[in-house]
Amino acid sequence: MDANRLSIVVVSGSLERLQMAAMVASVGAVSGNEVSVFLSMNAMPYFVKGSDAPAPPEGPFGTLMAGKNVPAFRGLFENAVELGGAKLHPCSMAMDVMGIEREALEPYLGEPLGLTKFLHETRGTQVWTF
Amino acid sequence: MSEKRVVDARGSFCPGPLMELIGWMKMAQVGDELELLSTDKGSVSDVPEWVKKVGHEFLGAREESGVWHLTVKKAK
Repeated sequence: MDANRLSIVVVSGSLERLQMAAMVASVGAVSGNEVSVFLSMNAMPYFVKGSDAPAPPEGPFGTLMAGKNVPAFRGLFENAVELGGAKLHPCSMAMDVMGIEREALEPYLGEPLGLTKFLHETRGTQVWTF
Repeated sequence: MSEKRVVDARGSFCPGPLMELIGWMKMAQVGDELELLSTDKGSVSDVPEWVKKVGHEFLGAREESGVWHLTVKKAK
């Protein structure tokens, strides 16, 4: 297995999961790992251009976190791309279901990918799911 | 000529201070020193670990009334 390649699949829209995914992506990417993130399902709407909707907490920790100066998950994903060269791929199926084009998503996102291509490109890597 | 810059990340939680430091490291010149101020205790172990991993130089850590001062030198 290629331990220096991290593949992160994010499908949840809850604050805790988005936060943890963004932490793994950003810290992983700035520490010399090749990071590839696949965004789909409930995670997708947070990356529509101009979206600043807060993610709802799924448990007490999320509620606690919401009141503290915790770095915002969107900013951490952007750090992962800009400081660590991570690739954030929106899922093409989720885009079809939402009826949106690439231009409707935040510019720091990379090319849309289908699951088949993502699975092919991330063979033999560490896989994290949120 | 090398410079010394203070990066004030007090009040931010993990991995905020590390990301702030890295953002400034990218803009610094080789030989420059950066002093990170952090109230996040995890920074004390995370920052030296990151420095070692990417090949910069960790110059030391000290605590002053709840604030950690972590000094790093850009080595490449």
